[in-house]
Amino acid sequence: MDFEHILFSIEDGVAFLSLNRPEQLNSFNTAMHLQVREALKQVRQSSTARVLLLTGEGRGFCAGQDLSDRNVAPGSAMPDLGESIDTFYNPLIRSLRDLPLPVICAVNGVAAGAGANIPLACDLVLAARSASFIQAFCKIGLVPDSGGSWHLPRLVGMARAKALALLGNKLSAEQAEQWGLIYQVHDDADLRDEALKLARHLATQPTYGLALIKRALNASAHNSLDAQLELERDLQRLAGRSEDYREGVSAFINKRTATFKGR
Amino acid sequence: MPQTLVLTTPMTGVRLLTLHRPEALNALNTALLGDLAEALEVAAADPDIRAVVITGSRKAFAAGADIHEMAERDMVGILDDPRQAHWQRIGAFNKPLIAAVNGFCLGAGCELAMHADVIIAAEDARFGQPEINLGIMPGAGGTQRLLHAVGKSLAMQMVLTGLPIDARHARRAGLVSELTQPEFTVDRALEIARVIASKAPLAVRLAREAVLKAQDLDLASGLRFERHAFTLLAGTADRNEGIQAFQAKRAPAFTGR
Repeated sequence: MDFEHILFSIEDGVAFLSLNRPEQLNSFNTAMHLQVREALKQVRQSSTARVLLLTGEGRGFCAGQDLSDRNVAPGSAMPDLGESIDTFYNPLIRSLRDLPLPVICAVNGVAAGAGANIPLACDLVLAARSASFIQAFCKIGLVPDSGGSWHLPRLVGMARAKALALLGNKLSAEQAEQWGLIYQVHDDADLRDEALKLARHLATQPTYGLALIKRALNASAHNSLDAQLELERDLQRLAGRSEDYREGVSAFINKRTATFKGR
Repeated sequence: MPQTLVLTTPMTGVRLLTLHRPEALNALNTALLGDLAEALEVAAADPDIRAVVITGSRKAFAAGADIHEMAERDMVGILDDPRQAHWQRIGAFNKPLIAAVNGFCLGAGCELAMHADVIIAAEDARFGQPEINLGIMPGAGGTQRLLHAVGKSLAMQMVLTGLPIDARHARRAGLVSELTQPEFTVDRALEIARVIASKAPLAVRLAREAVLKAQDLDLASGLRFERHAFTLLAGTADRNEGIQAFQAKRAPAFTGR
């Protein structure tokens, strides 16, 4: 599938989406936003995709908003950044969170601004050892967006969240892993292979059940224990009706390897 | 019955009406509205039906009226609009009505949901009265029932901006009684209908009427109506059965007498 600013394919259950404006460190302009949106729509509608792998081409993962893009360029009139967020970034974050399959993000290099927060909306974040996360917003008078102000305190605690957001310092991938901001660090040369290995594994797993797990964990952020217990009951009801649950139990009882269909 | 409305009786005493115009997000055209009014009248006349659940699809409860139909009517056409009679028949339904709302619940769809006594909504439901965007306004109770459901400020905001609210907001405002996962909206509505259907029919009927009276009577008159209804129930066999069953710690067997 040909897009100008992204690489996109769905093969053997793995949807692969790589941001491809390497000269601009994969920063977002309107065209790239629209192409990512279209690709995610195709993933949602695909009957074969069972995992999404999101990464970037070249030395950077994503440098956030392209500040020379005409939609936000500080021109004559005051820009309405809220509109750009409403139109592009918020739907993107919601789309990644709500996608009913696991989303792996392989952060291959610098992740700055919105580019540092998009991975946080994914489910499993891997990063190259040389990668870094920069909440660059404060450097230009802006506020962390794309869910950053929501994810940061939940992942690293309020003290570290405030330091990251107010100082805008570079956070190394290894430090991010130690702080619990991301899942794993790999050597630069291994990152893509490791991410693909993980994606191929997840493509064979009970996708429907994994989507329900995602729903439960996402909802836990705003649920009381009581509400979460009820949600777990409801989601388990749904999971219990799935073909993969039957297959999983049958394989366990007969001591064989399960073959999951993702439904 | 036509295909725009699917009627089932999934459990004893409970009728489920499913709006089915997938090609138009269940837009309530005149034919569908007429079918709905008729289905409710059939349910009202059937002594075995004690509660009705109305729902749409996973994507939309109902996304409004049929704009193409509306475009064809001028002022005189609207004056003689057959829809008005259908709405009145729907509003006259005298048994407990529960709306199970998934997805879009807009315009006439929101007005239909507000005809129900109880609204159960999925967490992804959206409620709104977007008529103002078309240079018109709600015409089937949207400016009246919404006020009672959510209060003046939010009702005005919704009616004058046309902007929808999400399910959580609707729940907080009191438009909706419970939120569920989308997969369970209908199950939960049916469960509530099942519980209602197990109660004494006369008590359910009078209690429902008393609550509805509160919307158009002053407090003193409403309290008088409540007391009369309460007294009336003292003459029913089911009241004696209910009290005896409670004292004997057994389940009551109501007969509707």
